[in-house]
Amino acid sequence: MKELLRNSEHLIRVVVLLAIGVGAFLVLRQVVVPPNFGQYGHFRPAALIDIRAHSVKFAGHAVCEACHSDEAATKSKGKHAGVACEACHGPLAAHTEDPASVIPKLPDTAVLCARCHEANASKPKSFPQVVPADHSGGLPCNTCHKPHDPLGGA
Amino acid sequence: MDITRRELLTKSSYFILLTSAATTAWKHVLAGTPEASPNYDMTKHWWGMLIDPAKCIGCGNCVRACELENDVPPGFFRTWIERYHVGEDLEHPQVDSPNGGHDGFPDIYKDGGKTFFIPKLCNHCSDSPCVQVCPVGATFVSPDGVVLVDEKYCLGCRYCIQACPYGCRFLNPKKNTADKCTLCYHRITQGLTTACCEACPTQARVLADLKNPKDPIHEFLRTHSVQVLKPHMATGAKAFYKDLDGSVR
Amino acid sequence: MLQLLPGVEGYMYPNEIELQWSILIVLYPYITGLVAGAFILASLERVFKVEAVKPTYRLALLTALAFLLVAPLPLQLHLGHPERSLEMYLTPHRSSAMAMFGFVYLWYLMVVLLMEIWLDYRKDIVAWAESKRGIGKWIYQVLTLGSHNVSPGALRVDDKVGYFITLVGIPSAFLLHGYVGFIFGSVKANPWWSSPLMPVVFIFSAMVSGIAAVLLLYMVTSKLRGVPIEMDCVDTIARYLLYAFVIDFSLEMLDLVHRIYEADESLRALDFMVHTRLYFSQIILQIYLGTLLPIALLGLTQLWKLRASARKAVYAVAGSLTLVSIFAMRWNVVIGGQLFSKSFLGYTSYKMGFATREGLLTSIVLILLPFVILYVLVKLLPPWPKREAVA
Repeated sequence: MKELLRNSEHLIRVVVLLAIGVGAFLVLRQVVVPPNFGQYGHFRPAALIDIRAHSVKFAGHAVCEACHSDEAATKSKGKHAGVACEACHGPLAAHTEDPASVIPKLPDTAVLCARCHEANASKPKSFPQVVPADHSGGLPCNTCHKPHDPLGGA
Repeated sequence: MDITRRELLTKSSYFILLTSAATTAWKHVLAGTPEASPNYDMTKHWWGMLIDPAKCIGCGNCVRACELENDVPPGFFRTWIERYHVGEDLEHPQVDSPNGGHDGFPDIYKDGGKTFFIPKLCNHCSDSPCVQVCPVGATFVSPDGVVLVDEKYCLGCRYCIQACPYGCRFLNPKKNTADKCTLCYHRITQGLTTACCEACPTQARVLADLKNPKDPIHEFLRTHSVQVLKPHMATGAKAFYKDLDGSVR
Repeated sequence: MLQLLPGVEGYMYPNEIELQWSILIVLYPYITGLVAGAFILASLERVFKVEAVKPTYRLALLTALAFLLVAPLPLQLHLGHPERSLEMYLTPHRSSAMAMFGFVYLWYLMVVLLMEIWLDYRKDIVAWAESKRGIGKWIYQVLTLGSHNVSPGALRVDDKVGYFITLVGIPSAFLLHGYVGFIFGSVKANPWWSSPLMPVVFIFSAMVSGIAAVLLLYMVTSKLRGVPIEMDCVDTIARYLLYAFVIDFSLEMLDLVHRIYEADESLRALDFMVHTRLYFSQIILQIYLGTLLPIALLGLTQLWKLRASARKAVYAVAGSLTLVSIFAMRWNVVIGGQLFSKSFLGYTSYKMGFATREGLLTSIVLILLPFVILYVLVKLLPPWPKREAVA
């Protein structure tokens, strides 16, 4: 036995080296692995915070309607009742944060309306669509249509 | 001399073990659970989306809204729209998605024929193959059912992009990490809807919370014909399509 | 066609147009394949007592080590955040084949390859530590790990433990490269990859490439050293190369025939891809020139008694074609798997850079690097058999 140990002494050195390596790795692991990793699943829980902290660019129509109740009321009676404010006006969370300084630019109806209403054989047949040149001779849409209530009134 | 060597070994192993234990305990103490927010309980939600292709007009508002809300780099898509033009051969539809539908679609199918639009996004699979293959836990299913990417942890190995059957992932060239639709997690956890649903003028896309008993999705799933993409992959997809045509890939 | 995107035909999901895994990911299985194959050849002598291949034993081990050391480099260059790669060891996701592979690699490098080399060379290392001077002495001294025990008893222990390690090393080598096959074979989203045969095909093509590499290296180094090539050795190696090749080819043909017969929704898309974008690399390079021709050449030497010089020429040609062929096979799997759309309605093309991080130049450097390392290893730990070279 003693003879075997003496003859395996070099192997014991290898085992010791490996053990030290594994030990160092375990210590490193405790120090470096993010806190609570694995608490909800195999991921870093703080990632949920990081992702939730992303800035919001579209305020959501509920926020718009809190101040702009007139436009909201007009819209709710017409064909655009289901179209959210920012679907046309673009992302305006910055405006809701600071209404006085951040003044949104009104969208250009000549470009905006065509996106949905320009005639395209691929669109559902029941969807209202026109060929702008034939329909209005190139005039901007808000010449005749009120964007918030497109078929109401005049 | 033998004794001191043994002593050294035992003392160092104790040291290593105790240091590991102590550091773990201390980290838990320091960390707390800040992700448990008082206003939002993750366990009370299970998110998905309901899509009605018949209502989609291919305007591209959703693609543009997502790009603005989430700083999506041009040429990459967290959501996109596909247009299908199908004859009688369901196995060979003509499909296009010019710039993901970002600027709408050119009017090329003037012959008529069956044409429709399919909005696509991450399906937030409950049995997600992309989560399964991530080597480090950088992508995961959150407790409320949203598949997310931890951009501080992702290595950029792209295995998840290969594993997604739906093509919804890409490598973000600015961050060098995997990226995809997050179901606007930062919005839905605050009571807002996703940017794409907010921007959709026809409500072709509607956010759904399967754990909310009042959510209209329950009634809808009970009373309508609904499919998911690639059901044979058994991914537990949670993007439900109403009356999905058989030619859709 | 509707698409005006360069290189795209038909419809690709928008995020699929650019390939995710580049030539570096082609190189990686190629390199680990060479490692596994070289090791299996070495184990032929140690475990299966095939005495004829003894002259290549140490050379095969050093070749495996040289390639194994380079193997992580293409991966590191490919990662978006290589500085985070330690995460694979710190928080490995147990359901991910890629994560588990990190440990297989580490196991193989530390416990199998390095140990086996060390145990085989230990007597020589101790002798060099005692006889050399200067910095060489210190290098060898470190390699002895402080023990100069080379008594017959210690050497017997070395031999027993070495045998055991090689025994364990054989399944470890299969695991090393089979895992790479599984990384591809387990992706259900990709019908070109998803197959239970993938790990097996990878293992056998690895054996083929590793055996061919050692065969060529032995012939070349013997020539360079002015030492005659032992025909017994190369004849035996070539025979094993032939066997492995036949098995490899049968497996690949089985996959192909099965695919064509079942003709599921992916077949038309894949078939079209093979006949267009992959025609040169798959049909011409991998199958005709890279498999059928070497098998025919090697088969020739088994059927007819050729002169030694003729056999050497055949082995050199067959070996070189094999190395190209197995690279083509990796290319066809990795790049091929990304050329078609998961909608099965379109195809894209691979735009390989040249002097970029994942470009052709980088790949050329990476494939040459193991030979540089091998040169250093051969100088440090000469693998030549005991009869001393004259010059």
